[in-house]
Amino acid sequence: MNGGHDLGGMHGFGPVAAEPDEPVFHHEWERRAFAITLACGLLGRWNLDMARHARERIPPPRYLGASYYEIWFEALLTLLVEQGLLSADELETGRSAEASAGELRVPGPDAVRAILERGGSTRADEAPARFLVGERVRVRNRHPLGHTRAPRYVRGRAGTIEGRHGTYVFPDAHAHGGGPRPQPLYSVRFDGIELWGKDGDPGSAVYVDLWEGYLEPAPEQR
Amino acid sequence: MADDHHHHHHHDAPRLADPELRVRALESLLTEKGLVDPAALDAIIDVYETRIGPHNGARVVARAWADPEFRRRLLRNATAAIAELGFEGSQGEHMTVLENTPEVHNMVVCTLCSCYPWPTLGLPPVWYKAPSYRSRAVADPRGVLAEFGVRLPDDVEVRVWDSSAEMRYLVLPARPPGTDGMDEAALAGLVTRDAMIGVDIVRAPGTERDG
Repeated sequence: MNGGHDLGGMHGFGPVAAEPDEPVFHHEWERRAFAITLACGLLGRWNLDMARHARERIPPPRYLGASYYEIWFEALLTLLVEQGLLSADELETGRSAEASAGELRVPGPDAVRAILERGGSTRADEAPARFLVGERVRVRNRHPLGHTRAPRYVRGRAGTIEGRHGTYVFPDAHAHGGGPRPQPLYSVRFDGIELWGKDGDPGSAVYVDLWEGYLEPAPEQR
Repeated sequence: MADDHHHHHHHDAPRLADPELRVRALESLLTEKGLVDPAALDAIIDVYETRIGPHNGARVVARAWADPEFRRRLLRNATAAIAELGFEGSQGEHMTVLENTPEVHNMVVCTLCSCYPWPTLGLPPVWYKAPSYRSRAVADPRGVLAEFGVRLPDDVEVRVWDSSAEMRYLVLPARPPGTDGMDEAALAGLVTRDAMIGVDIVRAPGTERDG
């Protein structure tokens, strides 16, 4: 979706505000919000693509005005209610209506450490890849209402396949209960001038990781 | 973030003005329902606040500078080479290392969210997640680098890597001149988090930033 999260190429946010000796967390609530978000994610009721999509659905004025952990927290509330782990009433009153986690397995500290150390690969069995390294491609000019990982600033733009990463879970399906539906994933190089025209930097290029379904052969050069 | 509406809709979940209160209320509700284990929350915080951080990535970089065979493995299969040092796990499952050279400078961004290689760099700084960096890194990388005090010759190509999928990127900065006698631990002490994101240059001790 063309949400407030898709920021590449926007203007008006001012200079980068780097903070010397920045702490990992600035407030106790950020610590807890981060940990609760990860812990709830480990309940297995949603995947990372669904979590990203919940953040993207925050309306742009609010998304752009929120800190990152506020965004995470808002999205977590959305997921907890949508997935039936909390009711709107419970959220409103702060009181539990039923006390059981039901069939859910709630990981303890040792299990959590083990899961984080192990991680979770999204790589799937190799599928035949349509494009070769060096081939010219164009990003399809699509504007889906759902989750996608094709940033707006590359849509309709031509680039070169610089690498093939393998076959990975396709987020556009995975975020919407469509299963993993893995597709080949490519590293695609876009020259600065192709992306930004005369306002671009001819001495720069952007590499974007794009799934095969986002790509089509580039039209013949005239 | 006060909300005037009061629909029973997930976007209009009751919001307290104070995030401290809201988060605490959610934590106690989830705990009461048995959906989270408070000890597990403490474990998560401990991992990312004290155990994992850019000191991990600095050890990877120092090893690559000191050991050409490791550097080769790192550039060929970064995930496996980084795992040799014990750094692996969530948000580091599919690593690629990008080597800065006299001809090419690499920098990393996530324009769509905040993807970042947790096992080697820890959690991202606020600026990495904020709209200014995410919007401009891809369109005006040299302008962004200048704000970090990095000015590159015009003939150095800037490559910006937008972490749009599950590949996570770590920049291998150039080893600064004048560090030949230094051991790995001393070298690791020179490597900054920002250099591994690609918005800083590693400098030898006693040399000044040019910005």
